[in-house]
Amino acid sequence: MQWETVIGLEVHVQLATRSKIFSGASTAFGAEPNTQACAVDLGLPGVLPVLNEQAVAMAVQFGLGIHAEIPEVSVFDRKNYFYPDLPKGYQTSQMYHPIVGPGEVEIALDDGSTKAVRVHHAHLEEDAGKSLHELFSNGRGHGMTGIDLNRAGTPLLEIVSEPDMRSAKEAAAYLKAIHSIVTYLGISDGNMAEGSMRCDVNVSVRPKGQEAFGTRAEIKNVNSFRFVERAIEYEVERQIELLEDGGTVIQETRLFDPEADETRSMRTKEQANDYRYFPCPDLLPVVLDQAYVDHLRDTLPELPAAKRARFEGELGLSAYDAGVLSASREMAEYFEEVKDVCGDAKQAANWVQGELSGALNREGLAIGDSPVSARQLGELIRRVMDDTINGKAAKQVFQALWNDQGESADEVIEAKGLKQVTDTGAIEAMIDQVIADSPAQVAQYRDAEPEKRGKMIGYFVGQVMKASRGTANPQQVNALLKEKLDALC
Amino acid sequence: MHDKTLTELAAALSAGEFSSRELTEHLLARIERHDGELNSFITVTAEQALEAADQADAARAQGEAGPLTGLPLALKDIFCTRGVKTSAGSRMLDNFVSPYDATVVEKLAAAGTVSLGKTNMDEFAMGSSNENSFYGPVKNPWDLAAVPGGSSGGSAAAVAAGLVPAAMGTDTGGSIRQPSAFCGLTGLKPTYGRVSRYGMIAYASSLDQAGPMARSAADCALLLGAIAGHDLRDSTSVARGVPDYTEELDAPLSGLKIGLPREYFGDGLSPEVEGAVREAIGVFETLGATVREVSLPHTPYAIPAYYVIAPAEASSNLSRFDGVRFGYRCEAPADLIDLYKRSRAEGFGEEVKRRILIGTHTLSEGFFDAYYKKAQQVRRLIRQDFLDAFDEVDVLMGPASPTPAFDLGANKDPVSMYLQDIYTIAVNLAGIPGISVPAGFTGGRSTGGRPTGGRPIGLQILGTHFAEARLLNVAHQFQQATDWHLRRPGIIEETA
Amino acid sequence: MALEHADVLRAAHLARLGMDDEEAARYLDDLGRILEMVDQLQALDTQGVAPLAHPLDATQRLRADEVTESDQRETFQRCAPAVENGLYLVPRVVE
Repeated sequence: MQWETVIGLEVHVQLATRSKIFSGASTAFGAEPNTQACAVDLGLPGVLPVLNEQAVAMAVQFGLGIHAEIPEVSVFDRKNYFYPDLPKGYQTSQMYHPIVGPGEVEIALDDGSTKAVRVHHAHLEEDAGKSLHELFSNGRGHGMTGIDLNRAGTPLLEIVSEPDMRSAKEAAAYLKAIHSIVTYLGISDGNMAEGSMRCDVNVSVRPKGQEAFGTRAEIKNVNSFRFVERAIEYEVERQIELLEDGGTVIQETRLFDPEADETRSMRTKEQANDYRYFPCPDLLPVVLDQAYVDHLRDTLPELPAAKRARFEGELGLSAYDAGVLSASREMAEYFEEVKDVCGDAKQAANWVQGELSGALNREGLAIGDSPVSARQLGELIRRVMDDTINGKAAKQVFQALWNDQGESADEVIEAKGLKQVTDTGAIEAMIDQVIADSPAQVAQYRDAEPEKRGKMIGYFVGQVMKASRGTANPQQVNALLKEKLDALC
Repeated sequence: MHDKTLTELAAALSAGEFSSRELTEHLLARIERHDGELNSFITVTAEQALEAADQADAARAQGEAGPLTGLPLALKDIFCTRGVKTSAGSRMLDNFVSPYDATVVEKLAAAGTVSLGKTNMDEFAMGSSNENSFYGPVKNPWDLAAVPGGSSGGSAAAVAAGLVPAAMGTDTGGSIRQPSAFCGLTGLKPTYGRVSRYGMIAYASSLDQAGPMARSAADCALLLGAIAGHDLRDSTSVARGVPDYTEELDAPLSGLKIGLPREYFGDGLSPEVEGAVREAIGVFETLGATVREVSLPHTPYAIPAYYVIAPAEASSNLSRFDGVRFGYRCEAPADLIDLYKRSRAEGFGEEVKRRILIGTHTLSEGFFDAYYKKAQQVRRLIRQDFLDAFDEVDVLMGPASPTPAFDLGANKDPVSMYLQDIYTIAVNLAGIPGISVPAGFTGGRSTGGRPTGGRPIGLQILGTHFAEARLLNVAHQFQQATDWHLRRPGIIEETA
Repeated sequence: MALEHADVLRAAHLARLGMDDEEAARYLDDLGRILEMVDQLQALDTQGVAPLAHPLDATQRLRADEVTESDQRETFQRCAPAVENGLYLVPRVVE
């Protein structure tokens, strides 16, 4: 039987606010346990929440970024359950009236086409703390779990997709698209290793052509693009095997184990939870007026999908180049500056993806850490385009800039004497010298069949370039040499 | 000096008749002498009180005294007080020393008041008799066989007994007004949002409100001015200026339109209470007010709606008491679930558990719409009843409670106990302010002569949102014309 | 909506209140009567009435995104039942 995979994602994005969603405690990562858990985060008796305006603004920006409806009123609800990393015994979230309504995310597929994945809604909520199970297994507190509430109260935006994805690759592409939107907007650092972005994956399979969805399994807390793909691939295979053997998929929560490369059922006794959602009486309805939303819309940066389309349409880049160069905000900004300085999008694209990306990859650097600035690279390309230097010299200049041996391309060209020689007289003089110094090669050239002479000219070009220390214009050298040698025949 | 009003004490301190330290020492001695029997305090903070009194005296000597400087007060043990045990009347918090101050506590300290300690209360403010305290019941100073009312019963008893001139209470369904009525005090529940709830241990967040309990409306005016105001730490507190509540106390009442809700004079109202209330209304007529009957048609639904909303909010608010970060933890928990279940089963009392169970059940899947949503719809209808009434009249008047203080142990059935709050509960649902003022006594109404003793009766006056100044004015004018609020129980007089 | 013994036990479990059958039986009677009283609400027609969550028609005020709190771990953990290395301790949580 032919099977079709159906995937929906719930992506949790930690918003890059300075303080927590309901308190003035810091959200900085990596502090000593519980030093960033204030009275409100700890849920001490009598404390009350007050909403962080930046968390609201960031959520709205995301909504605008995916062309979602922004409802005028949103409401916080309490999701009630007991867990040691949940200090109040409830999580403040938005169940019935989320801050972001239905929207759409465009994902790029491998064949260069795009697909729209619908977002059901996105809502604000508070993150929980962390349970540390390992620390106490050998120490004094045998069999104890330690609770660190520094993370408790960090603002989260939970983005819930419709079940629109049909393959692991599409799911990964969706996650990447969300990642690039939130980092473009600067509303999250997107650091998956530190848990700034986590995702729950709902997976089911159904016979191709069947309309009704199959029973889904939810894979919790998958925290890398690669794991999302692998977890789905494993899970799809598991479900298909199960069904083909006459079994049934049960609706359950599973965990992905990257080491074993498999998903495993979380067999907790507490399968059926009853969260008893109700509106949080400590918080009032959040009302966003149109002027506020319009202002945020007006100040929204250009987002990846729009950028990709512009790079392809306006700048004439290939779909592939446009995709790569718009993938992150830093990359796109770097490329655009190079392009603006040198004035040629294709040259800029070639250099950024060629020489620059190669060097960055070799040293494991991100584009933001590039030793060669976009301005320097743009000026370098300009010098190639206006024939000041040739391609070979350009690579030397790039290397010099990379090694911080000069402030600008011009400075390096000057210091190293790399300026291309285009003076015909000077080149002719060098050619004459080379011809005079190479009687044997000249004789060979003269004796050769005319159609083989083209190859033999390479020797003379190399000698002339050497004599010019690489600065002679290769096209000119070629043409003049041919002229002079042919005159000898 | 212990039978004086706050206003009188302020004048005496200002005139140098005695110092705050002398007053504080005197009251601490009275607490020492009488509170063993009354049980109105959970914690007496003598040392801090004397220190604060000395600071107040020093400030006065420097010419820096404000209107409340050096005045002793007590705080219901629901207000978090830094460095002081804050128990909410529960075993759950018997070991909880608060690391921070509630906004109300902060404001009162900043005004120079001297807190003598934390008063007894029904556990987590759930109760109408103060019999639900982990620290034992409180006795009514007017009659030691009677309850003081609840949940702010310790505050009421302490003030009535002359242990402290005024105290802070909280009111979720009548917990300031009913004990004030039972103990012969003036007690004000402000508009929801008028006073910050920050640091006040939550029972039902959309209903809770702090307010003063004192010996006169003028005293309440003084205290409300000190505790009211917008607090950035409480999202539900209202950004609205605080007037000088003492300013309008003396405004005449001629032309005041009083409404008597028909539903507040029906079955179940004790004839003695009704008689006293109607007599009080007669006094207002002599002061130039006009009286008419109005209707609050949804009154019968107030208690049912309250017993959905309050327990639902409470069930969630009380989830934080889990034995992990503070409060009671059971001995040697076998595992996490055992830690939760035993800590909470052992830490909470019966009534609290009852309300947690009700709230948990009504919020459960499948019941939410029928209970919670329905109750919130009814809540809107109840509020609308009041708003409609206030289109017609300036204030509403009626009894604060259907009966005077009942005997300790007399009311064992939870449902009949809940029905005691019939006249106070709708006010919290609507969020409007209400004040209870002494208006007579059982067995001795003032038909021209002195009372023959008995238990106090309270008149309740209600106003529209933020009409506190009006309520205080109306209550004050009544107290200029009557002397019920000046009566003191024997426990005061025998040592006065 | 009649309350049953199992409902009491279920609510007790959700609320993490330790309760045996005997106690549940005791609560059942009281809770049943409370719910019976509450059920009077059903008699009222509330169609088209918007639920009222807060008594004032106010909206949420937002606070500036500023770090205003400093480390008070030591103070806060003074009232904690069990801590070690700055962490709150609970019996081992099995995932």
